Formats: sequence, C-alpha cells, structure tokens
Amino acid sequence: MAMLEVNNLSKRFGELEVLKDISFNVEKGEVVAVIGPSGSGKSTMLRCINQLEKADGGTINVCGTDMLIKNDKGRTVYADAATLRNIRLKTGLVFQNFNLFPHMTVLRNITEAPVCVLKQDKQKAKDKAMGLLKKMGLESKDKSYPCELSGGQQQRVSIARALALEPEILFFDEPTSALDPELTGEILKVIKELAADGMTMVIVTHEMAFARDVADKVIFMENGYIVEMGAPDQLFGENASERVQQFLKRFNS
Amino acid sequence: MTNEQISTLFKLMLEYIPPTLKIFGFTLLYSIPLGMIVALLKMCKFKPVSWITNVYILIMRGTPLLLQLIVAQYAVPYIRMAKGCPAFLQNFLNGIDIKTDTYTFRMILVAFVLNYAAYFAEIFRGGIESVPVGQYEAAGALGFSRTQTFFRIILPQVIKRVVPASSNEIITLVKDTSLASAIPYMEVMYIAKNRFLHMLLSCRCSWQACSISYSQQFLHCFSPTLKRNSTIINKETELWLC
Repeated sequence: MAMLEVNNLSKRFGELEVLKDISFNVEKGEVVAVIGPSGSGKSTMLRCINQLEKADGGTINVCGTDMLIKNDKGRTVYADAATLRNIRLKTGLVFQNFNLFPHMTVLRNITEAPVCVLKQDKQKAKDKAMGLLKKMGLESKDKSYPCELSGGQQQRVSIARALALEPEILFFDEPTSALDPELTGEILKVIKELAADGMTMVIVTHEMAFARDVADKVIFMENGYIVEMGAPDQLFGENASERVQQFLKRFNS
Repeated sequence: MTNEQISTLFKLMLEYIPPTLKIFGFTLLYSIPLGMIVALLKMCKFKPVSWITNVYILIMRGTPLLLQLIVAQYAVPYIRMAKGCPAFLQNFLNGIDIKTDTYTFRMILVAFVLNYAAYFAEIFRGGIESVPVGQYEAAGALGFSRTQTFFRIILPQVIKRVVPASSNEIITLVKDTSLASAIPYMEVMYIAKNRFLHMLLSCRCSWQACSISYSQQFLHCFSPTLKRNSTIINKETELWLC
C-alpha cells in the first residue's frame, strides 16, 4: 500500500516557481532519501506535504486519505479541516533546528501532544515517553530543559516527540544540518534503527553516504524538478545521469 | 517646621496610601488583559482592525497621561454643551455628576487603564512576534489546534519574554498614580502637597524638608520591592531561555 502518493505537485512563491511537476510514491516501510543542491525545492516539497506551505497544483494522498485533490472544475483544493488534522496526526515531522518547546521539560515536550491532542491518559503518555527516551538513549534527561541538552540530544528528543503520536510516516527536514559530524552520527544511528524497525520515512539530507546506506529509494532534485529517482545503486552508480554524477563528485571531493 | 509637624504629615500620607494602591491595583488588573487583547487586535490580519488599533495606541502613547486624566474627568460638561449633541446622549450625560468621588475614581481608572493597555499592548506584541515561527510549525505538525498552540506553546514563552519590560511599566505605574492628584483625587501626593503648603504658610522651613514631602517618598519605597520581585521571576524563568 502506498503511504504517500504525490502527483504533479507544483508550488510558486510569487513569480518564482519552486516546485514543478513533482510526482513520486512512498510504499509502506520504504525509506526515501531526497538529495540535491540547496534551493532545489527539497524542503519546500516536504513542507507542502506537511501542510506548512500551501501547494498550488497537483494531488497529494497520505495513507490512503486524499489531502490535496483536483475537483470537478479542475481546481486544486484541500480536504476539509478535520481530514487535514487527521492526516497531520498520521505524519510526523522532524525539523532541521529541532523546534523543541523551550518552556517544557524533555518529558513534557514528548507527552504534551499525546495528552492534549489525542487526549491520552497522562500516566500512559508518560510511560510511553520514557520508553521512547530509553530507545533514544536519553532516559536520564527526562527532567532537563531543551537548552541544557546538546544539539544531538535535542534532535533525538524531537524524534521521540514525533514518534509519540505513533505516526505512520515520518518526515525529516535535514535532521543533521545543524549538527557537527560527531553528533550527526548519533542521529543517523537513530534513523537507521527506525528503518530497521520498518518505519516509513522520507528524509531530506545532505549526507550522501547515509542516503546510500539506508534509503530504498533516492530522489535527486534540482530547480524544482525531480531529475532522477531510483535505487541507491542506480543513482550512486555509473549509470546515473551526468548531472547527478557531477553533483556527487563535488560532494565526495 | 517642627518634628511634630513632620510626623503628622507622614502619618497623614500613610493614611492615603490605600487609595493610591487602589488605582495601582485596579489599573494593573484591567490593563494587562486589555493590553493582550489590543496586541492581538493590532496583529489582526484584517487590516481595518489593525489600523484602528494603531490609531488608539498612537493617541494613548502620544499624549500625556495628565491630559488624558483631565479629559476623562472634565469632558462631560463640554460634550453636553456642544452643538449638535444628540438628545439621547444629552439625557444620558445629564444624569452624570462629575463632582462625586466615585465618578472621579472611575474616570481615573478609565484613563489609566486605557493608557497602560496601549503600552502593555506594544510590549506583548513584541513578545508574541519574537517567538520563532518554528514553534508554530512544530505545534501545527504535532496536531495542536490554533487555540491550544497559543495558550500552551506561545503564551508561556511570551510571558517570559515580556517580564522585564512589563516590570518597568509597573514601576512607572506606581509613580504615575501621583498624577491623579491633579484631578483632584485624594491620594498621597495630594495630601502631601496640600498639607505641606499649609505648614509652609504657618512656619518657615528649609527646601530640604520641602523636597521630602513633595516627592512621594513613601510610595517610592515600593518600587525597589517590585524590582526585587521581578528579579525573582526572571531567575525562575531563566531556565526556559535557549
């Protein structure tokens, strides 16, 4: 079953067309890495799928629910508010700069959404949060505030926060770009573990080696287009298009 | 001026601290929530609302509080006498006696609350706008509704950010209450000034003594206390800051 279907997605900021005719599918349990030069529209695409930006055209279907459709008159319309909200609960998003809530402890950062949004029992949410923290190797940090943690720890908390809502698909917007190489390792390890657990994920990243290792499918974007899409072996191999090879060469040097 | 006279004066001033604190307390009580509402109105995406709010803030911050107090207290007879004043308004205004103490107190409150709400509104607006947009996005991605986002995620961070500027405003408010003596309202300043003039006429005294009573020495004692309290709040919330 396709967890995410994007067809002919387009988005413009005024005159600037940042996404043009983006189409791809993500199957259940699949890990998709999105790579490409800065300004190619990778983040914008992720933000459109997560309803942080309004798309201008195309269709999006998340977990079998239509989010963005073309109506009978050919106009692009969003689903009603309740559906959009349900879709939000099925998706999780991890930001580049964490965006943890600075006035809450680590534990409350994780339990706040399950308790307030899903109306879960407080104790139950706490137990689950502690389980997630343990999985992230942060069980001793539950009472700390985000500002007392390192960048890598903060990012792990924000992954735990996204997982607390038990999303069916998890999006990462350059999860390691704000971290130094050592901390990057921590996060990539966590993502690898999630992949091993069978989590469906879409990861925008500049970590080429990581994309090659973990992803089942790699998407290369440039100037708002998907230039090439396929298995990592294909994209990182010698049969890739010239542009992709050129981009990767510069990365490796 | 004898020691005895000075002590009588101070005792009298002590007696009039409660009315002063009454202005202070009620103004805080009403102007902070009103300021929050005004701040939200100013940030309203519907432009006319934002413009009207802007004009209100411009007038309130652009004219002296003393003038606003005088207008609040003495405007009624002038409006009543004005040409073209509709009959129903005239009837309504005829029923008002501006010489009563309750009326004076209420009008002082109106002027103070409207004035301070404008200042608080700008402080709150700054606080709200300084919360990074990522906080809204994170809350949205986690499924919080707009109301939940505001009250659970944004407002606590805003409160932390506006504490220093608000405590400035609150300290100023303690001292601004002396303006009410011009209406006149019987508070510390009024008593000190009038009584002191009495004594000045009955005996000769130095300018030093004059300055003691002229400034609201007693009330000024409250300012450091307030400052200490706000430092404590600051320390408590310091942990939040990233």
